[in-house]
Amino acid sequence: MLSERRPILLANARIVDPSRDLDTRGDLLIADGQIRDVKRGIGAGGVPEGTEVFDCRGKVVAPGLIDMRAFIGEPGAGHRETLASASEAAAAGGVTTIICQPDTSPAIDDPATVDFVLRRARDTAIVHVHPMAALTKGLAGEEMTEIGLLKAAGAVAFTDGARSIGNAQVMRRALVYAGDFDALIVHHTEDPDLIGDGVMNEGEYATRLGLLGIPRAAETVVLERDVRLVALTGGRYHAASVTCAESLDVLRRAKDAGLSVSASASINHVTLNENDVGSYRTFLKVAPPLRSEDDRKLLIEAVASGLVDAVMSDHNPQDVETKRLPFAEAAPGAIGLETMLSAGLRLVHNGEIELMALLRAMSTRPAELLSLPGGTLKPGAPADVIVIDTDVPWVLDPADLKSKCKNTPFDEARMQGRVVRTIVGGRTVYEHL
Amino acid sequence: MNMAPHSSFVLNHRHLLGIEGLSAAEITGLLDLAEEFVELNRQVEKKRASLRGRTQINLFFEVSTRTQSSFELAGKRLGADVMNMSVSSSSMRKGETLIDTAMTLNAMHPDLIVVRHHASGAVELLANKVGCSVINAGDGAHEHPTQALLDGLTIRRNKGRIEGLLVAICGDITHSRVARSNIILLNAMGARVRVVAPSTLLPAGIERMGVEVARDMREGLAGADIVMMLRLQKERMNGSYVPSMSEYFHFYGLDEKKLGYARPDALVMHPGPMNRGVEIDSSVADGAQSLVREQVEMGVAVRMAVLEALSRNLPNA
Repeated sequence: MLSERRPILLANARIVDPSRDLDTRGDLLIADGQIRDVKRGIGAGGVPEGTEVFDCRGKVVAPGLIDMRAFIGEPGAGHRETLASASEAAAAGGVTTIICQPDTSPAIDDPATVDFVLRRARDTAIVHVHPMAALTKGLAGEEMTEIGLLKAAGAVAFTDGARSIGNAQVMRRALVYAGDFDALIVHHTEDPDLIGDGVMNEGEYATRLGLLGIPRAAETVVLERDVRLVALTGGRYHAASVTCAESLDVLRRAKDAGLSVSASASINHVTLNENDVGSYRTFLKVAPPLRSEDDRKLLIEAVASGLVDAVMSDHNPQDVETKRLPFAEAAPGAIGLETMLSAGLRLVHNGEIELMALLRAMSTRPAELLSLPGGTLKPGAPADVIVIDTDVPWVLDPADLKSKCKNTPFDEARMQGRVVRTIVGGRTVYEHL
Repeated sequence: MNMAPHSSFVLNHRHLLGIEGLSAAEITGLLDLAEEFVELNRQVEKKRASLRGRTQINLFFEVSTRTQSSFELAGKRLGADVMNMSVSSSSMRKGETLIDTAMTLNAMHPDLIVVRHHASGAVELLANKVGCSVINAGDGAHEHPTQALLDGLTIRRNKGRIEGLLVAICGDITHSRVARSNIILLNAMGARVRVVAPSTLLPAGIERMGVEVARDMREGLAGADIVMMLRLQKERMNGSYVPSMSEYFHFYGLDEKKLGYARPDALVMHPGPMNRGVEIDSSVADGAQSLVREQVEMGVAVRMAVLEALSRNLPNA
């Protein structure tokens, strides 16, 4: 297999490697599935025979993205998304590693299911796939799963996916136990009772639409509790999706106190706000709900400063059966694997974040948090590499999306910048011509 | 029959989905047209032929005898063929029913569909799927435009104007489409609006919809020209939003004493159906200051005006 991969020279590139704070002109040589060399003038000095030379003409070469949160329909809901279709979408979006969530049917809560997902991914997916396993059996929030065995089987972290664990004792024990295995616990922090019948961010806009609101406190109350449990237990904890100013305060205090706490923000929450719901656009219904513009600005600042560690797609395919409904009855979720980089580049063009910081949050930090080998362009690292044209303008046509579901909040949106080539393990899996 | 209406007002919208988006001139145009129908409805011969040949479907996903019969009568008096369709939301999968029903009805070539639905935004969703005019007869907690229009007409007939009046809207603002439509209409027409409710029944950011906010009836009704009471659903007064029916009535129920806080010539309104002894005392509901029965009468006239004005936009009109 390895011999089938021709070496690739990405020549005349702008090399951006957040793992080394490197932003420089140069070439990058890939051979045998690894990054061989990164420097100026590799091409001039001679490359192995048979090397494909790709003239980047100043385009950005960066580590492939590692998406910390994607909901895939396999097993159980393959009509919405399979590992194969998700991986096609990922490749088209510059995502070389998908971290899939355990909210499947059956849930990924035992080693055999982890094994199934890994084997299906190996056989059908064109990018790397690593599952997070359920933190509690059946995602029921009551009994912890076999954290040690699941980790040995290949689970990269433990989470109840889109569900929040209400029972503080369960969370405490899980943090304590997971600590023995140095396992990362990832938690969706939203109190279901405070959500109640709410369907969008509480405030004037929800009131005008006649929709019941979800207060920011629904998120912050749980995050605050969890941080105190981390202080009690010393576990390793990651907030799956923070969205509001108050959560950032909690996060800042936790980090200042030296706790092992980290957090992600979804691409939706850093690029969109509650007003984008417009007249009941169900593709903009996500969980937690889109917040105010003030929250969005603080969130992207927090990503830029590193307070929020990672930006993830929160990819969640929903079809017409679950989306073509009145807003309150529609399922939450938006697809994002294919659009997270381009949506993020909008922020770069708007001057809201540096390219380096954006790419760090989408590749290097997730690799560090999950102890994965990617997220870097250091020689010897796996050749998970993307080439980005940061400036090309384009309009998103849902018909072009690889995902089986088309529930994108960026329907018909004008974009600037996209991935033009995605390389996974030295093999080109996507090319935009 | 067939005395042509004096007003040639045309509503330049395909649908009536809410009061939001209507100008003061459009609201006035609708109210003026409705006045003509008030007169017509008081005659023995109440029929017009302006909707002759037109098909009107009343599609109700939520039971409402009053609103449905008001729309039915309005359509029939204008000569339309009216069909009532009640879809019990519990018997079918909800959203699927909405879109599928819309497509099915659309294939029957109706000219006007009147829709009531329990979910905010559902009527707009349906309107996007059909080729005819759609009238919102209430969607969730969002809007109930014909109720606000009939309230506006009732106020204007009794006070001679809307502008400059102080209207107190009391009760469950959070879940009320009547409140939202009225707040928008009254603001557009230059009235002062105050909402009065316990804080659990006031939605976040309501003060930014152009209303004053009060938490007790003495303060809330002070200086009011109109006291508009809202219905409080039974399931919301058992401890979830307010502790009990009797506590609610004690602090927020409109009785003679509390009505005394308002102006001496204040008038009382209620969209119905009333919970006597919960949000309103019978002596007030049936008293000299009550406009409740007149509201029902105005309902038919306003709905005729809306049907007529929208139908003037229909193809081949």
